Amino acid sequence: MPLVQNSIGVSVPLISNPHVLDLISHSAAQTQRFGARMGELAHAGDLFCLEGDLGSGKTCFAQGLGRGLGIAEAINSPTFILANEHRGGRLPLFHLDVYRMQSADEALGIGLDDYLADAGVCVIEWAEKIRAVLPAECLWLQFRHLGEMKRGLLIQAFGARHEALLRAFKTSAFG
Amino acid sequence: MTLILGIETSCDETAAAVVQEGGKILSNVVASQVEIHAQYGGVFPEMASREHVLKIIPVVAEALQTANVTWCDLAAIAVTHGPGLAGSLLVGVNAAKALAFANDLPLIGINHLEGHIYANWLQTNGAPLAEKEFPLIALLVSGGHSELVLMRGHGDYELLGHTLDDAAGEAFDKTARLLGLGYPGGPAIQKAAEGGNPDLHKLPRAWLRGTYDFSFSGLKTAVLHLTASFEGKRRLPVADIAASIQMAVADVLTEKTKQAAGQFGARQIILAGGVSANAQLRQTMHERAPVPVHIPPPKFCIDNAAMIAAAAHPHLARGELSGWNLDVLPNLKLPTRHGQAPA
Repeated sequence: MPLVQNSIGVSVPLISNPHVLDLISHSAAQTQRFGARMGELAHAGDLFCLEGDLGSGKTCFAQGLGRGLGIAEAINSPTFILANEHRGGRLPLFHLDVYRMQSADEALGIGLDDYLADAGVCVIEWAEKIRAVLPAECLWLQFRHLGEMKRGLLIQAFGARHEALLRAFKTSAFG
Repeated sequence: MTLILGIETSCDETAAAVVQEGGKILSNVVASQVEIHAQYGGVFPEMASREHVLKIIPVVAEALQTANVTWCDLAAIAVTHGPGLAGSLLVGVNAAKALAFANDLPLIGINHLEGHIYANWLQTNGAPLAEKEFPLIALLVSGGHSELVLMRGHGDYELLGHTLDDAAGEAFDKTARLLGLGYPGGPAIQKAAEGGNPDLHKLPRAWLRGTYDFSFSGLKTAVLHLTASFEGKRRLPVADIAASIQMAVADVLTEKTKQAAGQFGARQIILAGGVSANAQLRQTMHERAPVPVHIPPPKFCIDNAAMIAAAAHPHLARGELSGWNLDVLPNLKLPTRHGQAPA
């Protein structure tokens, strides 16, 4: 399959690849709406891995996910406490931030396996830091600064369930 | 004479203290792990709980010895049971249960946030224990929290607002990292800001008018773009930017607190949590507040066990004790006026 440079400068298969979606968000609110749409479609056991610099929209997307799941309480950055559980929505949301982790093994120390095995939706910020201990099947989202407000968002689906989720997202967003 | 032993292990400080009548500090022992965790740019949970296991018994023994009391002098054992890191909380809670059971003492589980607030009741400068006048506004700012709380009496909390994204301390940690400064970010930014001009680089303030909520993630993004604008051109003016960051955070925290104090007719403002050790915030709050401001000395703003014992005092007086099934609650919220805050 021919490769193209996507909005974040990574070579990826052409956009016609059904398991890849390349988006541009023009505001924090739009990034949240993408997240909310994902949240509405998510199933128990879905895993969202977020990769990107400080301020590129990861927490914003996670906040949208929570809104889409019907969680009313505020979804704050869990950088300090590493993991937050939000119940009260359609499904529980486990929000992890592994920014400060030096090695993948450390993630097991905060109960990563328990969160992944639980019947909820799991979202991990700075997932690239613990790539080695993450399941192969996930939705991998890369965020990049394109301008003051503009962010590039590349979404790749791995595994049948997450491929179906991305398909549903495309249908829901673009018809 | 009511003596309470407080135990605190919610994060990276192993602490024990003996406090008399909820205010007089007979001992206050803190074994900090900050040097261990500095290399990780933050607390490494697995290592924190192992350190707590090693330190808890010596720290408790030292607290009793310094206070010159024995187990039979105590009225109760109070321990932080949330919020915090689960593995760290477990060490303190289990130690407290065992010690309370073995010595036939009541056990009181304390909310860490309530503890920070009650640091204001500690008698820290030899002055007689001042009774705080209600209603009062408490600004609780730390690495994981930014909350504005209305207190109409002891144990009576109404959450007015909180952060929608990053906590104030987290904003310091993240912007410190962007400036190439160390961890923890608050003290690092404060040090770097010395001699800096806070007006040279205007950073945004998220006012969120009509609410008492805070948002600091826009500040982080603005600092990112500001630092990027210097890249490859001229040397990063670290002192000026650090001063601007401090001013932006202090400005929003102070103005919102002032506004709340006005609306609810507060007779006093109290500050709590690690970020209230920040000199710029302390100065701004003292300069602009319309009512008296009370801020604990820096060593009682950061995590300590004296504040846990102080917070336990009104609970003990009301007979609110915990059972042996006391559990750790890593996501515990401040109990609000209308029962527990929505989980």
